[in-house]
Formats: sequence, structure tokens, C-alpha cells
Amino acid sequence: MEKKNIYWKGFEELNKESEIVKSLEQNEFVEKLPVGNEGENKNHNRRDFLKYAGFSTAAAAVVGCEGPVIKSVPYVVQPEQIIPGIANYYATTIADGYDFSSILVKTKAGRPIFIKGNKDAKSMNCTNARINASVLSMYDVFRLQGPKLSGENISWKNFNSSVKADLSRLLSENKKVVLLTQSFASPTTEKIINNFIQKYSNIQHVVYDAVSNSSALDAFENSYGKRALADYDFSLSNTIISIDADFMNDWQGGNYSSGWSKNRVPNEDNNFTMSYHLQFESNMTLSGANADNRVMARPHQLKQVLQSIYFSLRNQKYNGPSLGSYLDRYVKLAVESIKKSGNKAVVISGLDDVDSQEIVLMINELINSDAFNIKSPKLIFQGSDKDILNTIKELKSGKISGLITAGINPSYTLPNSDEFSQLLNKLEFSLCFSMKEDETAQNSKYIAATPHYLESWGDYEFKSGNYYLSQPTIKPLFDTNQFQDVLLDLIDSQNSFYDEIKNNWRTNILKGKTWGKSLQDGYYYSYDNISLNRIKSNLTFSNSPSSNDDTLDLILYTKTGLGDGQQSSNPWLQEFPDPITRVTWDNYLTISYEDAERLDLKNYNVSNGALNGSYVNLSNENHSLKVPVIIQPGQTPGTVGLSLGYGKTQAMSEEMNVGVNAYRFYDDFKRVHKVKLTKAEGDHEFACIQLHNTMMGRDEIIKETSLKEFVEEDKSVWNPTVMVSKNHIETMVTSKEVDIWREFDRSTGHHFNLSIDLNKCNGCGACVIACHAENNVPVVGKEEVRKSRDMHWIRIDRYYSSQDTIRGDVKAKDETSGYREYRSTQTNLEKASANPQVVFQPVSCMHCNHAPCETVCPVAATSHGREGQNQMAYNRCVGTRYCANNCPYKVRRFNWFQYSENDEFDYNMNNPLGKMAINPDVNVRSRGVMEKCSLCIQMTQKVKLDAKKEGRRVRDGEFKTACSESCDDNAMVFGDINDKESEILRVKDGDRTYRVLESIGTKPNVIYQVKIRNSKKI
Amino acid sequence: MLQIKRLLLVALLLPSISISQEADIQAGKNLFNTNCAACHQLNRKAVGPALSGVSEKYDKEWLYSWIKNGTQMIKDGDPQAVAIWEEYNRAVMTNYPQFSNEQIDNILAYTDYTPPPPVTTVLDTAQVSSQGSDLSINIILVVSIVIFTILIVMLFLVQRTLLKIANASGVKIEPEPKKRLKPLWKLVIENQFLMFIVVVAFLLSSAYFSYGYLMQIGIDQGYAPIQPIHYSHKIHAGANQIECKYCHSSARVSKHSGIPALNVCMNCHEYIADYNGEEDLENGYTKDFYTKEIKKLYTAVGWDEENQVYTGNTQPVKWVRIHNLPDFVYFNHAQHAQVAKVECQTCHGPVEEMEIMYQYSPLTMGWCIDCHRESNVDKNNEYYQKVHDELSKKYGVEELTVAQLGGIECAKCHY
Repeated sequence: MEKKNIYWKGFEELNKESEIVKSLEQNEFVEKLPVGNEGENKNHNRRDFLKYAGFSTAAAAVVGCEGPVIKSVPYVVQPEQIIPGIANYYATTIADGYDFSSILVKTKAGRPIFIKGNKDAKSMNCTNARINASVLSMYDVFRLQGPKLSGENISWKNFNSSVKADLSRLLSENKKVVLLTQSFASPTTEKIINNFIQKYSNIQHVVYDAVSNSSALDAFENSYGKRALADYDFSLSNTIISIDADFMNDWQGGNYSSGWSKNRVPNEDNNFTMSYHLQFESNMTLSGANADNRVMARPHQLKQVLQSIYFSLRNQKYNGPSLGSYLDRYVKLAVESIKKSGNKAVVISGLDDVDSQEIVLMINELINSDAFNIKSPKLIFQGSDKDILNTIKELKSGKISGLITAGINPSYTLPNSDEFSQLLNKLEFSLCFSMKEDETAQNSKYIAATPHYLESWGDYEFKSGNYYLSQPTIKPLFDTNQFQDVLLDLIDSQNSFYDEIKNNWRTNILKGKTWGKSLQDGYYYSYDNISLNRIKSNLTFSNSPSSNDDTLDLILYTKTGLGDGQQSSNPWLQEFPDPITRVTWDNYLTISYEDAERLDLKNYNVSNGALNGSYVNLSNENHSLKVPVIIQPGQTPGTVGLSLGYGKTQAMSEEMNVGVNAYRFYDDFKRVHKVKLTKAEGDHEFACIQLHNTMMGRDEIIKETSLKEFVEEDKSVWNPTVMVSKNHIETMVTSKEVDIWREFDRSTGHHFNLSIDLNKCNGCGACVIACHAENNVPVVGKEEVRKSRDMHWIRIDRYYSSQDTIRGDVKAKDETSGYREYRSTQTNLEKASANPQVVFQPVSCMHCNHAPCETVCPVAATSHGREGQNQMAYNRCVGTRYCANNCPYKVRRFNWFQYSENDEFDYNMNNPLGKMAINPDVNVRSRGVMEKCSLCIQMTQKVKLDAKKEGRRVRDGEFKTACSESCDDNAMVFGDINDKESEILRVKDGDRTYRVLESIGTKPNVIYQVKIRNSKKI
Repeated sequence: MLQIKRLLLVALLLPSISISQEADIQAGKNLFNTNCAACHQLNRKAVGPALSGVSEKYDKEWLYSWIKNGTQMIKDGDPQAVAIWEEYNRAVMTNYPQFSNEQIDNILAYTDYTPPPPVTTVLDTAQVSSQGSDLSINIILVVSIVIFTILIVMLFLVQRTLLKIANASGVKIEPEPKKRLKPLWKLVIENQFLMFIVVVAFLLSSAYFSYGYLMQIGIDQGYAPIQPIHYSHKIHAGANQIECKYCHSSARVSKHSGIPALNVCMNCHEYIADYNGEEDLENGYTKDFYTKEIKKLYTAVGWDEENQVYTGNTQPVKWVRIHNLPDFVYFNHAQHAQVAKVECQTCHGPVEEMEIMYQYSPLTMGWCIDCHRESNVDKNNEYYQKVHDELSKKYGVEELTVAQLGGIECAKCHY
């Protein structure tokens, strides 16, 4: 009898029915082996890779041998002004309902490629990130290419006659039509709309601002009888008290930071004084970050603060609820400062209730503030919340049969946008003037394709008596028609909008100046100040009750990058890091440490450094949203912030479709709402470009001092020369002995320096976008930014203090002794404080005279120019990245991929339209090379050539870089230090000059000015 | 001096005026070319009407007064004058009060003169003679071939006879044994030294040639593509001495020299519709050929030659670009042509001799840098003065080269 031992290879064999066993009986392996490309198995193996690699290399080599045949097509009739290769500048004006500015547009071969402020204009001449980026929005592939009727393309002739027929029918049936538009601030447009309404008397015009300024407008109207906004000139004030007004950003139309910065540097001219800026706010805003003292308060407290200041200034007793000792002290400080400065003080507020806005007007009148200007008020916003709410009510009740929208997108920006879209869809007549087939256009019967503002005519009156013109800088790219031209056609006018503007200006506006000159300048000032009479208004001092503990105040705000969101398909702006959070491609809920801890919300870095954050459900009785959380130092406990302008979905590529639509919570157009938070499942992946938030007490990167110290003490106290140790002897870093390099004599020719004044820089980021535009910096997308592969040539680092102040950090670090204490201090210093001081520092390539990157390049692709630039020859670079590793400032950017003409990076450089924005004077870098700031060498070379052509020396102020040119605050000064009369030499030789990481002896050509704070201690 | 010139002029003019009918035509031609040709052609409408046979259309007296003061005639409402004024877009003809009636007669004689048809005879004899010479060569050839054939045949016969004689006399002629030589390649393989030499030589030469091949990739020196319009620089810049920068005007101010817009061509070609210069029959560049190319320009620019108007129907010309630098190179014409005053020909070669434009220089980086090392900076330009003074002192030289001023730094051309 034979007994056979049975060996099992595994338990599976006991199961006779097992699929695996069955298959193993027939085959050696369970699964089919991945051989070749059999069947559906598309995975390529190593051999395939080698085959393909070999073949493609050979193919590339063969193809490379034959040059392509390039065709050149000259003009048939060359326009007189256009010379190929020479840029033309046109003065025009942006007024897209959110940004208002007189600008200069640089065009090359008829293509606008760069925007800068029109510095000849005396008001409203600043640019910001959005305005600088708006040139790219023109080259958007999602733009409408012609008018549409019910989704079908149609000719303009048929379009207009069809609209005319519809409107006439509605008129004869006496059905109400509403014309819902953005704020135009345009005298001629107003005239045309009036004529239009005269012809079609059933039409009512309603102005709608996506982000409302209604309360400030109402307050001004109540006080002075005109629907306008007071203007402020911060250069005339020594004390600025801002209560929740983010005036460095886009508060009441922006354009304020340049005035603010004029009064921020103590020097001989102003007798070593600077303005004092006190900010009361809930969210951490750009203005709060730049304030001398920043006070955190919840929205209802802010209102009380304002009232309290008002009563104190009138020496009356404030009867409202107690503010608590913390706020009381700062209110007292504010009142003292205002009283001390007298008419050199100003109070502003962004609180969106009419009472508070009226109080602000009263206070500024009371102190007779110089900065406060009502003689030439701003007319840029006209919208009224009441009218909009009324219109929506009428839409719901069916009283309105037709709706014409122009320059707005209510189906995205209204809080009840879904309901609105449905109503719009059902309307008998709906006409949408839009650049894109956006949410509103999709629900409208007629879509009138409108041109971008750079392709349009226009006139504006931003402030009373301050007129601006816009002119086309390019022939319209598509078959588009301006809103005003269509209206003129609808009222059977033979004139074009251009004719109307010209006639209107000649007859009503211009006095003395010619039309041609105004068009060339882009502006005309009549200097006719209007006189407004004070209307007695009854102030009410209502107070909202303080909230329960489980509800939080949601404060909606607009981000520096996207603003109201009309440019959300602009890749430059999407990749623009928010100045405060440094997050790109997202909006999020900002929350305080305290609340985050209570709700167990976390921000943490994953292994490659990228930032993740918890999700929360944000809800109130009407809405709910799932939002990721960013824990924001300086966020007032009990409040959360969420930015508008994200979460748009239509007429944009999928990559751009990021964030959540916070307009959902914008009920009644109020910024503040009560909400509840609960932690939600999962973590959000952020693309945040700054991993470290504090300076850890290192004072070699940011140097700052107090005003008192700056005035009273010697330079050696607040900006001492850096000492390094040589043979155990402390030696000055400037001494030749410690230098390991032979010095190159740079005293002849030009020697460029860029100075960045930390006192003036407010971190707005206009320079980042200007650099994008000037230097063809590619957009890499959220995933790549998350991997720290962002390509910005200039970044604006933002650092928080860990103690109360940044100087406190340095002190804390210096005072530690012993290992244990040192470690605990270091750990503490990593965490930003609850209400930190903030400092912004723009960092581009430092152009070190003794550059560490140059010595390590194996192929000498990066070398030094005699004019001070650290030069990068892309065609020589082989991509070892040694230079980036050896750069102490981490400013070199590596092209991990081909970012142009690559479907993986489907942004502006991947389509023929977006490529029109490329600057032809600068190379588009390819894959595998290092790139970085060139100190805009194409611009300095051009200035030199212009001088040579004219046979003259270069004048001071001619040399500029894109960043220095875009800086309205004059924080960046660029020039030739070998020019003895230049401003840069004066700045460089000033006491405040220091260099970042000076002790390592790199001798940078980018220099910084010590930050001076005018903080007051209580 | 001036008087002498005048005297000379009178001396030259006198015989031409006084001498009879035949001289009139020559004098008329001269007058026509200097005064009338800008607006009139003989057989074709231009700015003004075609003038051939004009004296038959109008009365002679009328012509005298019209040429001397046509403006007055239009003012006075002379019907013929007004008609012609209306026909030609109300363009007033320049008045020539300085003309005498005789001079006008001369011009009219020229315009009425029809040149005799070109003579096409006297070719026959030449043809005959050339045929004759061909014939004699052929005869010599045939005769010599026959003689040589006979010689070969005779040699064979002689050999046969000799062999026969040898056989008969018993002499045995053995064929020589073939020496079995080793082939050369086997020898080489067996000899190590030779093998080494051959391999080294092979490697070196292949390296040399592949290096040469690789280094010329992307260098298009001599590239002379066929252009959509046969534009001859030889005629324009050479024969007619037109300044380069008349057409390539942006070379003065811009980085691009600029391919001239077609309206620049029409500055001249509105009046020059036919080519009347020299011909190059060998290459087929006849007058007709060139005239056809001018017509191509008219089609492109939309010029209606018949009615002397632009139709607006344009077809932009797609020229084939000859000089093309890679994208990573920045080159500025104004810097070189205007500031440094470099002659266009320095880089573009003898353009005025080029019937077909080609790339004269290699346009390589080495070529650029060589020039930058040798060329001097214009120290008279105020921009350079200060730095030139300081640097030349420092380097101890009279004249500073571009390279010494930083002209060979990477980022001067690569950014």
C-alpha cells in the first residue's frame, strides 16, 4: 500500500473550486505575462522604451539635419507708425467694472504685450496684478468669436434686426425689460443708454456691481446728494486709521497704495517722520499686514470701534456695549493719534453698512482731513443693492419679460445664481453682452460677442472732472461689437460709438485741449471741482448683537489675484501666489489657530513639502459648501474668511476650474454672515509656494528697526556692518581680507543695481505679473507648483513674526543659552504668533558679483557680465542644476518640462492665441534648462541702443526693469550706480542699505532698504 | 566757373537744336526723358496719357499752349483741356513756360517717331561656315577610325603569321605560369602594423568627415532659395545703385532690417512697368522675363496697370527667409548698421552683384565673435566717449574693440 504525502503549496489548493488553482493547472503563472503589446496590454516594457528612445533619437538627429523653410510675409501697405521690432505705446484706460486705471499699453507688431501705469495721468494711474495680467485675458481661447442666437452663429446684421424686432414687439406690448449693466463711469455710454431708453421706454437701467460698494455709495448720497465715493490721498496724512478697509488692495476701486507709500520713508525732506497706520480688522488683509499696528476684532466689534472713535473725537460718551480692555486701549490710541495729527489724519472703513460709512464721512469732516476729498469724488461704482434685489424680486414675480446684461455675469456672481439662471432661461427675451459664453450667456437667448477693452473705444469719468479715454490697441481679433455700438444700431443711429465719444467730448468735455492730444494722453482734466452741500443726515448707532459661541462670522473678501473673478481663466492670475497665504490655484477658508484647534482642523506638509489642509462644511440656513481650510495667523478668533472670485466653471478650461464659489454666501450683498463649521472628511491638496512662515529670528534676511531707533541711534545700531570671523578675529564682511575672490573693477561703464525698499513694498505682487509678461515666464499648473516647481522669476516672500514683533524673534533667539533652551526657542520660533507682524520681501536673482552659481556650472552656461548681471545662456545649459543647488537665495528655476506647445500644460503658451502675448525680445525657454531673472537685460540693452542711436549718454531714470516699472509705490529703484547723479546711487549710499545674507560674501547687486516700523506700544 | 559751365552747355545744346529733322528726334528724346518721363510713357498710360502719336490727336498750337501753361487753359474752360483734366483724376500737368516752340516740336517729333522694325538677316553665312567646320571634324574622325581599325587587324594578322612560323620551325611557346598573388586585403589583415595604420587612418578620417558634417548642420551658407518673385538685387542695388536702406529702412532703427512692404516697391514701380535694362540671355533673364516679374508685383499689390488704380485686391508675397538666426540669439540691425556703421556688405556679401540672393556669411557664433574681437568701438559717439576714455587708458590701447567693452558676454546676445 502506497501512501503518498501530499504537499500543498498553499491553503488555496485545498479549495478545489479555486480559480487560481484551475488556472495554475494549465499555466505556469496565474496571470498572463506582459509580453510585448499583445491584446489590450498597453504597458510598455523596458525593451520598448529602449527601442523608442533609440528610434526617436535617430529620428531627431535626421530631422535636425535639414533646416525648415521659413516664410516671411511683409505688409502690402505698411502702416506708417509700425516698424517691425520697435514697440509702440498707446495710452488707454481699463474700466472693467472692477479695476479702473489709466494705462500705457506696449504693442509689438500690432499685438499688445505689456501694460503699465500711465504716469502722466495725475490720478487713477496705478496698476496691479489683475490689470497687468489683463493683456493675457484678451488672448483667451474661450472668447466668443461672433454673435449667437439660441446657440447658433448668426451675422451681426441679422442679430441686430432680430433684437430690434423683439424689442419693438416688447415695447408695443408694453412689457418691462431691464438693462442690467456693470458700472461704466462713462459719460458717453450714459448718454447712449439714455437715448436707448428714450426710444424703448419699457426699458429700465439697473447697475450691478458684482462686489457691492452700495453702502458707501448710499452713505455718500445721504450725506452729499450725489452717488459717488469719497477719494483719499494718503500721502497727505500722518495718521491713517483703517477700520476693515483693505485700501492697499481693491477697496473702493483701489489706486491708493502709491499715496500711502509716499509717506512711509523718514528722510531729511520730511524731517525724519513717517505716517502712522493703524488697522482694525478681522481677516488678515494686505493693508493689515502692512500696518504699524494691527488690531484684531470681530465685525460687530469693528462697528463699535468706529462709533467709539467718533464719540471720543466729539468728546462725547459712547453708550454702546463695552469693547473690552484690548480694543479700548487701541481706540484710545487711535483717538490720540488723530487728535495729535489734526487735519493730517484720516479715517477710512470698509464696513458694509450705511451707518458706519456715514460715520466715516462725519469723522473726516470733523477733523477736516486733508486726505479726504469730496470735491472730486470717485464715480467708478454706481450699483445699488436695493435696485438689484428689487429687480430679482420682479424677475421672480414675472413682472419682467426681458433682460439685457452687459459686462456682468450674474448667473455666477449672484448668491441665488441657479434660481436666477432658471428665470433667465425662461424669459421671453434675454440678451447678454459678453466676451465669453459664460454662465449668464449660456442662459440667454441672444449672445452679443463683445471685444476686450484693449480692442475697444471708451470714455470715462472716474472722478468728477477727471476724464479718461480708451482706444483700441489692436484690431478686434474676432467678429465682435461693442455694447454701445449695438445700442446705437438699435436706436437707428448712423454714428459709431467712436463718433459719439468724439462729438460728446468736443461739445461737452474738452475745453481748450484738442481731441487728438487727449487721445494721445489718454486723459483730460477739467479741474472743475464740484461743490457738494452737506445734507443733514440722522446717524443711527445700531449694534448687532455679539454672536453665540458656536456660530462664526464669515467674512467674504476679494483676493489680490482674482478680485471679483472675471479674469478667472487667466493662467497668470491663477498661478499668482496670494500675498498673505502664498497659496496658488485655490480659495480656502482662513481660520484662526484657536478655532482650528477647537474643531480639530489641520494644515500639514507631506513628505515632499507640499501643503495639505482639512476640509470643513461651511453652512448657514441657506447655503452650505465644502471648503478646505488654511490656518491663518492674524485671523480674529471667531471669524473665518473666504474669497470671492473662484469656483467659476463655464467658458474656461478644466485646469482653471479651481476653488469654490463663495458668491453663494453673498446674500443681500453683505460681506459678513453667520456660519457654522463642521469638520468634513478628507484633506485638500494646496499648491502653496512658501513652506516656512517665520524667520526664526534670523536677521540677515530681513532687517528692521523702529522709527525711534532709526531717528535717535546711529546706523551701527540698527544696520550694523556684518562681521565674519577670520582667524578668530571678527572682520567686516566688506573688508578685502575676508574675500576669497579677486575683485573685478566695475568702475567703468554701467553697473546696474536694483534697490528694494521694504518700507514701501506692500507685497501687492504687480511685479510678479509684470515679470511674467515681460519675460515669457511659463505657467506650470497646480500639480507642478505643489512640487515646488513654480517658475516665477520674482517671488514675494512673506514672513510672520513668532513673537509679537519680528524684532522680538531676534531678541528671543539671541537671549537663549544652552542647548535645551535653544531647542525649545527654535521650536517656538517656527510657529507664527496669533496676531503676527508681517513683512514682505520681493526676491529675484540677486546678481551676486561673487556668484556661487557661476563657479559650479560645468559648462559655463552662467557667467558674469561687466555690468553686474549674472547671465544665463540657455542654449549652453545642459541642466545639471548644480547652480540651483548652490544658490543661497533659491532663485533659479528649472524647466522640468517643455511648457510651451505641450498639451500637458494647456495654458497660454499652448495655443496660437495665447502665444500672441509672448514678448518677441525674450527667448521662450525649453525643457531641461535653468532660467532666472536677467535683470531685464533686454530692457537695459534697448535703453543703451536708443542712446547710441541718438549719440548721447543715458539719462537717469531711463534704465528700468519690468518689476521696477510696475511698482507704483516706487519700492523698487533700478539704475546705473556708475552714474554719479543717479537716484540708485543715492539710494545705495543711504544708511538703510543692506544686502541679504551678506556674511556669505556674495556681494549681490540687488540691495534692500531696512524696514522701519512706526509701531506704538501700549 | 558757372559761366564756363553755361558756355559749355550752350555749346553742347546749340548744334543739337540748329541741326535738321534727324537731330530733332535725339534732342526730343533727351527733353522727354528729363521732363516728361516721370508721368508719361510712349505707348502706355501712366500718370498722364500715352504720348505716342499725340500730335495727330491735337492741334499743334493747342499743344504749345497746353504744355506751356495748361493750368490757365483749364481755368479758362478750354473744352479739350478740361476733358483731359477730368479724365486723369483732375491731376494738373506741370507747366513748362520755359520751353520754346522748337523744343516742343522736338519732343513731338520724338513721340511721333516709330523706330524701324529690328533687322533679322545676315545670319546665313555664319551658319553655313560653322556647319562646314563641323563636317570636316567628322570626316577626320571617320577616316582615323578606319585607319586605326585597319592597323589593329593588321597587327593580329602579323601575330598569327609569326606564330605559324614559330610552330613550323618547332619552337614551343609556353604560356607563362600565372603567379598566384595574395590579394591586398589579405596582406593587410596578416600584417598587424599595416592593420593598425589602416584602422587609425579610417577612424581619423571618419572622425574628420563626421565632424565636418555635423558642424555644417544648421549652417546655411550659400542658401539661395527660389523666391515667389524673382527679385534681382543686381539690378536694383547694382545697376540702379539704390541704397540698401532705402528699402530696408528699419535696419536704421530696429532689430529687423525688414523685408520692404510692397508699397515701397510701388514708389518706383508705379512708373516702371517694363524692364529695359541689360539682359542675361545665358540664364534666360530676358527683358520679357523681368517684365513678367514686375507684373507679379502688380498682382500682389493689387495695381491695375490699365487704369492706374489700386484695386484693393492684394495677395501678400510669401518670401522665403534666407538669413535666419536661432530663437535664442538676439541680433539687432540698428546696433550694427546705424551705431557701428558696419556696411551691409560686410555680412551680406556683394549683394549688388547677386542676381539671386543667397546667404553669404556662415552666421555662426564664432564668426560673430571674430568680428567683435577685431572691430573697434566708435569713440566719437557720445554714448561711448566716457567709457572709451576710461577703458582704453586701463587697457593701454588707442582703440577699444567691441570685445573689450563686453561685446562677447553671453547675455549680450542670448536672453
